[in-house]
Amino acid sequence: MLNYVKLMVLGVIMLFAAVATNFARDIAYQTHALIILGVAFGMFIWVLRNTDEPGVRIDTNGYMDGVVRAGVIATGFWGIVGFLVGVIIAFQLAFPALNLDWAQPYANFGRLRPLHTSAVVFAFGGNALIMSSFYIVQRTCGARLWGGNLAWFVFWGYNLFIVLAATGYLFGATQSKEYAEPEWYIDIWLTIVWLAFLAVYLGTIFKRKERHIYVANWFLLSFIITVAMLHLVNNISIPVSIWGSKSVQLFSGVQDAMTQWWYGHNAVGFFLTAGFLGMMYYFVPKQAGRPVFSYKLSIIHFWALIFLYIWAGPHHLHYTALPDWASTLGMVFSIILWMPSWGGMINGLMTLQGAWDKLRTDPIIRMMVVSLAFYGMSTFEGPVMSIRAINSLSHYTDWTIGHVHSGALGWNGMITFCALYFLTPRLWGRASMYSMSAINWHFWLATIGIVLYAASMWVSGIMEGLMWREVDAQGFLVNSFADTVIAKYPMYIVRGLGGVLYLVGGLIMAWNMWMTIRGGEKVAAPVGIPST
Amino acid sequence: MSTYSFLRELADSWVLLALTLFFLGTIVWAYRPGSREIHQDTADIPFRNDTLIAADVQVEAEETAPNTEGKQ
Repeated sequence: MLNYVKLMVLGVIMLFAAVATNFARDIAYQTHALIILGVAFGMFIWVLRNTDEPGVRIDTNGYMDGVVRAGVIATGFWGIVGFLVGVIIAFQLAFPALNLDWAQPYANFGRLRPLHTSAVVFAFGGNALIMSSFYIVQRTCGARLWGGNLAWFVFWGYNLFIVLAATGYLFGATQSKEYAEPEWYIDIWLTIVWLAFLAVYLGTIFKRKERHIYVANWFLLSFIITVAMLHLVNNISIPVSIWGSKSVQLFSGVQDAMTQWWYGHNAVGFFLTAGFLGMMYYFVPKQAGRPVFSYKLSIIHFWALIFLYIWAGPHHLHYTALPDWASTLGMVFSIILWMPSWGGMINGLMTLQGAWDKLRTDPIIRMMVVSLAFYGMSTFEGPVMSIRAINSLSHYTDWTIGHVHSGALGWNGMITFCALYFLTPRLWGRASMYSMSAINWHFWLATIGIVLYAASMWVSGIMEGLMWREVDAQGFLVNSFADTVIAKYPMYIVRGLGGVLYLVGGLIMAWNMWMTIRGGEKVAAPVGIPST
Repeated sequence: MSTYSFLRELADSWVLLALTLFFLGTIVWAYRPGSREIHQDTADIPFRNDTLIAADVQVEAEETAPNTEGKQ
């Protein structure tokens, strides 16, 4: 009976998408309508073929790991895509001719850049967060995911959001808010998917068998709730037409800027920090085989992070129309934030106390240590750069890019690789990854890549900042903008090479995952036999 | 008084006080007497429940067999 309802709903969606394709006012909207039409058609056929067939009984006794497996593959795939686009745009900056004439306007830097940021942050990072939160919440609650196939809806729905966002950027649909570029209907879709994610997560916590909620779940839950709140407030807009992708923001001027950076900085704080800390608080103790160094410290880490991060956004708007008190507030909270960040880093590193010998034998532990070290470095660099005087030098320069990448490649990337190396053998019932030396190669390629990236961007950024402010005895600016661009050329090449190394490391990981899943002898994994 | 002024004054007086007290309260609560055993038990959660067989079987297994997975 339910299948008939599904068929009717899918039919209506198909009809609407077909009409939308016809009436579409811009190419991005038309492409999206076609994608929706195709997806709904595929689902229609699939539901139709299963209608009035004897149902397959699903064993609901074990953990629900199928969706985590899909998430592992999606994370690896989007990681490669994101790194590749990053390398391309890095070389586009060094060699402008790579903004290929015949591929204009689709393949120019301006359209590929949001594709890169969204692919690494939301596609790679987001899939990593969703799949590891599904894995962690089940293991730390001793309960199967709540909501049955709702978890699959979250996975496919989220990946549909990514495809819509990415194609939208290429075809020029953007609301020009950094890290929140997708237009109104994509925002609405993400809201639905995200609320389903929250429901699955909370439902599983509600039916847990453990008395207490493990700290990793606190971080992951705060990530889910806060991202929902940020997304809703930052995307308050009115579409110009239901048949077009363009929308108009309700906020304007400095209010809009403040809302955007309240969103932007907390996307860093709750998506890239709190969420990944949830992963850290599970995977580091698991891999080290010891409980977290201090559970009390992890509680204080959590509350301090939650209370402080939310205020830090205004430091993105120093020397703007934003009132001074607001940017001072953001700066002060950013500096205080240094303490809980380092508390968390120390807590993660000290978990290895008594297991330091594993650094020599276990490349995954080594990756975790580097990841935490980069977490520490970028959460020190961030507060420093938020100070108004330093920001006057660093803002709008490559220093910011270097800072972001030491956090993103070093902390988020490395801890995600650890999670993938931890989960792949366990989820597919293998003893270990196919090749340990490949993990070693990945480790060194990625680490050297990050060092090249961060070092070249420091040099480039500080040089750029100093050149911009240099004045002669009469008070005239010494350098034109183009002078700084020429001066940055060697650093851009080094940065591109760093990106290539990081991408090659990612490709080695993808090969290693493939071989682990496809080849390798099947053994009962030492821990966590998937029981679905 | 406009909504802005009202909210602004509320935010930097009573709400600020309440949030600060709540934050300090979480630290005091973390160090309350008797929290050590609870925290030790909670910190060990990742080393339990690696497999989920069936609801009631699992609880029994936990009580009888000491957990050894953490050593791997």
